[in-house]
Amino acid sequence: MSATKPAIFNEMLNGEQVRSAYRNLEKWYRSMPAELRSLKQNEAEALFRRVGITFAVYGEGGDPERLIPFDMFPRVMTAEEWRKLDRGVRQRAAALNAFLADVYDRREIIRAGRIPEHLVTNNEAFEKAAIGFRPPRGVFSHIVGVDLVRTGPDQFYVLEDNCRTPSGVSYMLQNREIMMRMFPQLFMESRIRPVDGYAGLLKKTLASVAPQKCQGEPNIVILTPGHFNSAYYEHSFLADLMGVELVEGQDLFVEGDFVWMKTTEGPRKVDVIYRRIDDAFIDPLCFRPDSMLGVPGLMSVYRSGGVTICSAPGAGVADDKAIYTYVPEMIRFYLGEEPILENVPTWQCAKPDDCKYVLENLSELVVKEVHGSGGYGMLVGPKSDKSTIESFAAKIRKNPDNYIAQPTLALSACPTFVEEGIAPRHVDLRPYCLVGETIELVPGGLTRVALKEGSLVVNSSQGGGVKDTWVLAE
Amino acid sequence: MLSRTADHLYWMARYIERAETTARLLEVGARNALLPNATGGYRNDWEAVLQAKGTLEPFLEKYRDTNHRNIETWLFFDSENPSSVYSCLSAARENARVVRTALTAPVWDAINGAFQELQQLHRTERSKLMVTDLTEWTLRACQLIRGAFMSTQLRNDGYDFSGIGTTIERADNTARLIDVKYYVLLPSASYVGSGLDQSQWALLLQSMTAQRAFNWSYQGEITAAKIADLLILNRRFPRSLRACVQWYCEHLDNLAENYHTGTAAQEVAHKLLDDLRAATVEEIFEEGLHEFLARFMARNAEVATTVHEVYLSGMPA
Repeated sequence: MSATKPAIFNEMLNGEQVRSAYRNLEKWYRSMPAELRSLKQNEAEALFRRVGITFAVYGEGGDPERLIPFDMFPRVMTAEEWRKLDRGVRQRAAALNAFLADVYDRREIIRAGRIPEHLVTNNEAFEKAAIGFRPPRGVFSHIVGVDLVRTGPDQFYVLEDNCRTPSGVSYMLQNREIMMRMFPQLFMESRIRPVDGYAGLLKKTLASVAPQKCQGEPNIVILTPGHFNSAYYEHSFLADLMGVELVEGQDLFVEGDFVWMKTTEGPRKVDVIYRRIDDAFIDPLCFRPDSMLGVPGLMSVYRSGGVTICSAPGAGVADDKAIYTYVPEMIRFYLGEEPILENVPTWQCAKPDDCKYVLENLSELVVKEVHGSGGYGMLVGPKSDKSTIESFAAKIRKNPDNYIAQPTLALSACPTFVEEGIAPRHVDLRPYCLVGETIELVPGGLTRVALKEGSLVVNSSQGGGVKDTWVLAE
Repeated sequence: MLSRTADHLYWMARYIERAETTARLLEVGARNALLPNATGGYRNDWEAVLQAKGTLEPFLEKYRDTNHRNIETWLFFDSENPSSVYSCLSAARENARVVRTALTAPVWDAINGAFQELQQLHRTERSKLMVTDLTEWTLRACQLIRGAFMSTQLRNDGYDFSGIGTTIERADNTARLIDVKYYVLLPSASYVGSGLDQSQWALLLQSMTAQRAFNWSYQGEITAAKIADLLILNRRFPRSLRACVQWYCEHLDNLAENYHTGTAAQEVAHKLLDDLRAATVEEIFEEGLHEFLARFMARNAEVATTVHEVYLSGMPA
């Protein structure tokens, strides 16, 4: 165990003082009788279940339609805090997109020696089919989910970027709906900026990247792997909010230079596809031949400008944990600016010196697989016993390129309802940045909370919960 | 509308209707078992019911014995029986879940709620469940779903496709129920007009909640001709073949109007309606009730196939 336990920043407190942003909430909590609290908690659960906000987990036994635990204590950010995050996230999304456009084209950043070539071209997510292709407005990643953590009053770190199909935005929207319904008084007393413009903004973003061949209003669809997918609820929710069709691969086909969807009135042309399936499944002619989820011939229509795919195939090369270390470099290189948000210091096991350090200090570090996601395949050093650490060390020695390591951050904690009242629990934050003609995000994001005492793992697949996230008006 | 969405709505409606018919059949069978055995040596009524549903063989394979409880399990709870109430309502809910966003909240609530209650019934000790409880529950659940649908859904194409599903299925089911009575239940033609025959006709009316409708529409005693007229040709009785066909013709006409073009489905359906309008009970009996019903089911199925081809496959011919 590390000898000195780092002090944990409590989102609500400044020393002993309740921070002004949380004053209303503190009063609200204190005046709420325990019976009302459990009543409201049940009400919230019933609401989630009724609207069908479940997280489908098939093949694991138990309830296949699980609820993600919802915590009623909101997480609050001041206008000032948000201003910085907003600018920082937009800057990052712009740089990531510039990077993608560059690596599939002239590769100037590689030629300038700022990023090692093999990290890009040997990357599994690097898509040869995208080389030399410029998508509408040069945008590759249209929805960028940036995972942030906080360690102090002014210290935010970017934990990772999600440039392919970040999920969870439906929770951001539903958490707000449910809080407003259950506690209207709170919203009257505080000036909380709304997030419900998200669907409109998403639709506007998708429409703004319609292909050149599209005439008139673009026909936008969301492509889902189907109702067995864990995020199916989100797919249908977004389709519903935007008023667009939710399609599966079997609903689409390619004929001539376009993609069509099968409707009761015959084929209808599709212009923009917001796909929520992975690259490998998009087009069996181009990628995995065994995929039943995709559309044969889709890539050739895409490359000839008949349809826009969001995010673009190959966008994943920018959200890799190995590439992550270079994002500050990208910001300087493409935008000529200094990064507004910091990266977590990261050791790359691919580098011998870094690897040596990591192996010597495993018990104090968090080690992650480069391509891992969802909290799987990681080692949390301080929380692991000796034998776990040793077997993980063996894995790193065997395949160092596959791992990165970061210090155990003292993630901030937010008051969270527990059996006895409230207690601090670790949180992170994922805002959703939309990139099209403009780069924008709604004031808010998804706050995930580790419900187990002391736990740092906030992933929903690992038992984390969610909270409403408030950004206060000026 | 996406063809797949229309397809799911169509099948959702069909499965709900089918669940209801299975429950009605269960009711007929159970009631029938309470009737006195008029003469010795004729076959088990329960077997007749299963035969009508085309599930006698798989049933015998699994349970061997046609006792009351086995049949009840098979027709209501058994997921291996594709037309059990459980299978049908599960399938309806699965179809609804896929097109959740094409349904209003009350409709989803009614379907999902029925499914939850069904699982509750599954967990209930069987000795505490009466057949009438099960059939009444099913009828109530299906009516609640349909009621929510009728009173809250937008009258768009999705509404029409689900209406077509309901009425195609219902027409088929009514034809089958009549067929059970006439072809399967009755051991030989010599029973026609006997006391047994009478009580079976009455039972058939009861199974379709049609006693009151019968009394309102016809004078005097129950006869085969009057019942056939009610269940086949009477356009005012909502389960009659003609009413069902007329109903889906209206839905198909709505679609043609919305889409600004008619289809082969409309033609096939209207042809069937014209024939039913012109038919008389005398002609039907002359042809043979069973033969007439078999012919009707084939033509009704043809309408279903055509609807699938022109609307639900997404690639109109």
